Amino acid sequence: MNARPTSISYREACKQAIRDALRADPRCFVMGEDVGKYGGCYAVTKGLLEEFGPLRIRDTPLAENGFVGAGIGAALAGLRPIVEIMTCNFSLLALDQIMNNAATISHMSGGQFAVPLVIRMATGAGRQLAAQHSHSLEGWYAHIPGLKVLAPGTVEDARHMLAAALADPNPVLIFEHVVLYNAESPLDPAVTAVDIEHAKLRRPGRDVSLITYGNSLPKCLGAANALAAEGIEAEVVDLRVLRPLDMGMIVTSVAHTRRVVIVDEGWKSGSISAEISAHLAEHALYELDAPVRRICGREVPVPYAAHMEEAALPQVPGIVAAARALVRPG
Amino acid sequence: MADFTMPALGADMETGKLVQWLVRPGARVRRGDVVAVVETHKGAIDVEIFLDGVIEQLAPLGEDLPVGAVLARVRTAGETPAAAPVMGASRARVSPAARRRAGELDLDAAGLPGSGAEGAVTLADVERAAAARQAGAPAPARRGIDPAQMRQAIAAAMARSKREIPHYYLGSSVDMQAASRWLEAYNADRPPDQRLLPAVLLLKATATALRQVPQLNGWYEDGAFRAGPGIHPGWAIALRGGGLVAPAVHDAERKSLAQLMDTLRDLVQRARIGGLRSSEMTDPTITVTSLGERGAESVFGVIYPPQVAIVGFGRMVPRPCAVDGGVQVRPQLALSLAADHRVSDGHLGGQLLAAIDRALQDPETL
Repeated sequence: MNARPTSISYREACKQAIRDALRADPRCFVMGEDVGKYGGCYAVTKGLLEEFGPLRIRDTPLAENGFVGAGIGAALAGLRPIVEIMTCNFSLLALDQIMNNAATISHMSGGQFAVPLVIRMATGAGRQLAAQHSHSLEGWYAHIPGLKVLAPGTVEDARHMLAAALADPNPVLIFEHVVLYNAESPLDPAVTAVDIEHAKLRRPGRDVSLITYGNSLPKCLGAANALAAEGIEAEVVDLRVLRPLDMGMIVTSVAHTRRVVIVDEGWKSGSISAEISAHLAEHALYELDAPVRRICGREVPVPYAAHMEEAALPQVPGIVAAARALVRPG
Repeated sequence: MADFTMPALGADMETGKLVQWLVRPGARVRRGDVVAVVETHKGAIDVEIFLDGVIEQLAPLGEDLPVGAVLARVRTAGETPAAAPVMGASRARVSPAARRRAGELDLDAAGLPGSGAEGAVTLADVERAAAARQAGAPAPARRGIDPAQMRQAIAAAMARSKREIPHYYLGSSVDMQAASRWLEAYNADRPPDQRLLPAVLLLKATATALRQVPQLNGWYEDGAFRAGPGIHPGWAIALRGGGLVAPAVHDAERKSLAQLMDTLRDLVQRARIGGLRSSEMTDPTITVTSLGERGAESVFGVIYPPQVAIVGFGRMVPRPCAVDGGVQVRPQLALSLAADHRVSDGHLGGQLLAAIDRALQDPETL
């Protein structure tokens, strides 16, 4: 192995993670729409059919509830399925299996049966895929006890979260952001595993905390750079795990900076950002030196037109303005 | 909407100066809460409110206001706000962190200039103000008592008393042997801070006796006697530098001796440094004065209007007494009463003194 960090894409990182899993564990297989011959709608599984064969890379009918159910059955029977759903919009067709079976079986069997299922799905907007392929529904899934919900926002997490998810006896949902697939970043060869429990401080700062995840992470890092040029030191916290939320890390950061902007591509009302705001009000009110601010997706179906899609999503200038208004009003 | 007005903190008070608000508009207040500080010739008094509700408007500070002037308007239970509350208009914007820090520093954050989002006072604003205070500007201190002003106030009240109230006086000598011995035994095995002073026995005995003679516990108002709603003797406290106040010991007949001792200690301390409450100034239903160990042998008090009586205790002295046909030296205490003849006669006054005497002969029942 090359000891120097090599730059790879988030898509490639996802693929390497799947390849590693398939090599490491014969119980592991991939199942989903167009994952085999077509190579995955975002080309994550491209080439894996040739490498591992149709038994382990299985194309399914367009029947999300059916193949997610099959995945649950396989997991119960002792396999380690990686189920791919094209976009989280389509996962709603499988919501019954995800919520009523995957999330409940361990509970309803008194812990006798675990469901070690991993479901990967694409989430988010920014590629002009319009209102049926662009939404961020990870916040909904983060509402459900019995699930773990991951949102890799870096190449490193894309590379290593899958192994941790497969090792977990609970059903784990991984939300891969469509815009991040092409993002490239060097991978530190010294890092061979990541946890799926903690948020991570991506940039320390003293003036304001930017709490975010997924594709809003690079936007927040960009905003922090712009703010630094104005002398405002923003701290960027990458949630990484949306259920369970690492509120300890969030409260620690807010207690340090005393100001917070939560950036979430999902719709504002009833969102992860709302949950974090409520938690801060409950547990960190007296640490706050300014109102909690949220930059979220506009409450519309994500538009197709590029300029409108851009306007509907959190963007760097809006994050900068919100942070600046808290630190240096007027 | 109800008005909270400048209270009459004594018969002699005509105006008071509002020096501090301890609540802000929008604050919820309950009956008995201290809401303001009013400067009178008896020093700074913590004024309580006797309404339940939400403060809507406050009078400005620093003005001399006549008794009865409206100090605040209070929205009482069931009323809705006069107008839709404008965000932030009813309450100063102070960030939670700044509010907490200001509390730690004992600083009024709401009055500071705010540099934060939407003009809110931030942690930095509080720290700046604290640093400025440290640097020199002292926190507003309570003004002490002005002896000249107090002398004037006493003069006015006593002149009115002697002008209006037809006093009659009664006196008797109380044998304090039983009370002294009981007190000695009580104090013997207690640390100093739990020991009782004889004054507490005298106060409790008076309060107990007033239950039997309620006609002397109350006020003469508008040509008639009005009985007090409880037994709240005003305890006369001489102030260093001259002057005196007699704040109420509320429900003295229901308090234990130990509680009364604590109350007296607290009252004396607050009377001297300022910080008596308005109810303590307005509620006394009678005055009790005890001259103590270094005082005169007897006292003939002047009634504090509109009260109708004052009970006095002189200095305890050993005297030869006739006991069971022989002569013994026993501690004697001169007990006196000055009472308003418009309300009672000497016969009734005598009953009060006899009841006090009886109570002191039976100290363990106090």
